Amino acid sequence: MVHDLYQEIILDHSKRPRNCHTMANATGQADGYNPLCGDKLKLFIRIEGDIVKDASFVGSGCAISTASASLMTESLKGKTREEALKMLDKFHELLTTDTAVSQDLGKLVVFCGVRDYPARVKCATLAWHTLKSALTNNAAEPVSTE
Amino acid sequence: MSTLSSVVAPSFDVEKIREDFPVLKQKVHGKPLVYLDSAATAQKPFAVIDAIRRFHEVDCANIHRGVHELSQRSTAAYEETRAKAKHFLNARSKDELIFVRGTTEGINLVTSSWGRKNVKEGDEIIISAMEHHSNIVPWQMLCQEAGARLRVIPMNERGELLMEEYAKLLNPRTRMVAVTHVSNALGTINPVREIIEMAHKAGALALIDGAQAAPHIKVDLQALDADFYTFSGHKVIGPTGIGILYGKTKLLNAMPPYQGGGDMIKVVTFEKTTYADLPYKFEAGTPNIAGGIGLGAALDYTNALGIEKIAAYEHKLLEYGTEALLQIPGLKLIGTAKEKASVLSFVIEGIHPHDIGTVLDRQGIAVRTGHHCAQPVMDFFNVPATTRASLAFYNTFGEIDALVGGIKKVKEIFS
Repeated sequence: MVHDLYQEIILDHSKRPRNCHTMANATGQADGYNPLCGDKLKLFIRIEGDIVKDASFVGSGCAISTASASLMTESLKGKTREEALKMLDKFHELLTTDTAVSQDLGKLVVFCGVRDYPARVKCATLAWHTLKSALTNNAAEPVSTE
Repeated sequence: MSTLSSVVAPSFDVEKIREDFPVLKQKVHGKPLVYLDSAATAQKPFAVIDAIRRFHEVDCANIHRGVHELSQRSTAAYEETRAKAKHFLNARSKDELIFVRGTTEGINLVTSSWGRKNVKEGDEIIISAMEHHSNIVPWQMLCQEAGARLRVIPMNERGELLMEEYAKLLNPRTRMVAVTHVSNALGTINPVREIIEMAHKAGALALIDGAQAAPHIKVDLQALDADFYTFSGHKVIGPTGIGILYGKTKLLNAMPPYQGGGDMIKVVTFEKTTYADLPYKFEAGTPNIAGGIGLGAALDYTNALGIEKIAAYEHKLLEYGTEALLQIPGLKLIGTAKEKASVLSFVIEGIHPHDIGTVLDRQGIAVRTGHHCAQPVMDFFNVPATTRASLAFYNTFGEIDALVGGIKKVKEIFS
């Protein structure tokens, strides 16, 4: 039922998103946009050496995309750039394949219900697409899920 | 609450009508399907499905060219739809009705053919604040190419066009006024007759996007005096990929062809081509024959029910739905015009439309969530998206009750 999608953690993070603010001393940022539902997101990261020291976001979106951004920014802290990109791959796999759920993802496994809602995969991955853009380029153009 | 259904004229037997629509009989996620997305596409009755099937099973041949029996049958059936559309729209002549893929192509045909010939630098085109992207982007492209200016009739917070502002926008440089008859995002029925009359007085032409009007209200082209009018077959219970563009004979004759190819010619040599007469001049290539025949069956079905009866029944549904939704705390209707058809667009405080749509879907209720291809409308109301329940004559009062119950469930989850 629909509670498999809207698990407690997701509802909690959508109603009270963590790290939901701008960042004055960010070393990288990127804009994400999901034309399907009009979700907009601005992601900030601060990297020292190779480590993500801080991550935050602002924007408006559905419960899935807001909770995903909130939980993503929590999980990023302390990760290296490479580890962060690896998490993105694993997260994408979690949402789009039937493979066993990887426990490396920690709390992020709550999003596994999304795989039964193909129309909502883009909501869950918006923050992560935006992260990739923030980590890999100087994105002048907003990254789009389309 | 459902006692209201007894108020409806007994001749409109919705349960009997529903028997004609096979799609409606299914369950979705274990619940009876409640289809409230007819503004996106309407469901099809057996009459339409059977007509398309019959064409492929019995009459399948290319049209207009063959002397053999099958070709004559398919040509007759396809051309019959033009005659049916003439009756449906009260057009003067069936030669003024051009088959297109849908409303979008109808508008693009006008911007490409009429627009490129007639719109010059410094000219102005007027559209409205509530247009679907398909009645914005083609005009924008034309204006960019020609160096013309696109002007927009504003609306009020109920979603009604400001006619005084429209009057001020009209001037001797105005070449075309292109507005929607009924808004897909808000449900507003625009006073198109007045809009057209004002355009004509200013020396401009008028194109009406009839995509959301044709399924729900009587369209009388002779009374409206529109220069162009276009609608999509699939929204009037016909198949996708077929629609009609109406244009006044004089205008169509003066316009260059839209696409070149077979069927739109009289004589071709390498030096020169003489184009076919109306309407074929604008119909290059083998068309969507099955779609055209299916559209004919759809118009027959609609005529048999009677568009006035359809409109009266849908209006009662809409009133019932409006009242029911307004009783839900935190729900705000987007689009509260005095004259409305078919559309209940709404937002709920603190809950994103996409989440509403997903939870409703799991209860078998199909609604549309998003910007409804009308992003400027969303910007005006300062919402990223809305949830839209759109009605058709096969919907019931019970389905509105189901929607209200579904929304209560949404609120339980996200409260």
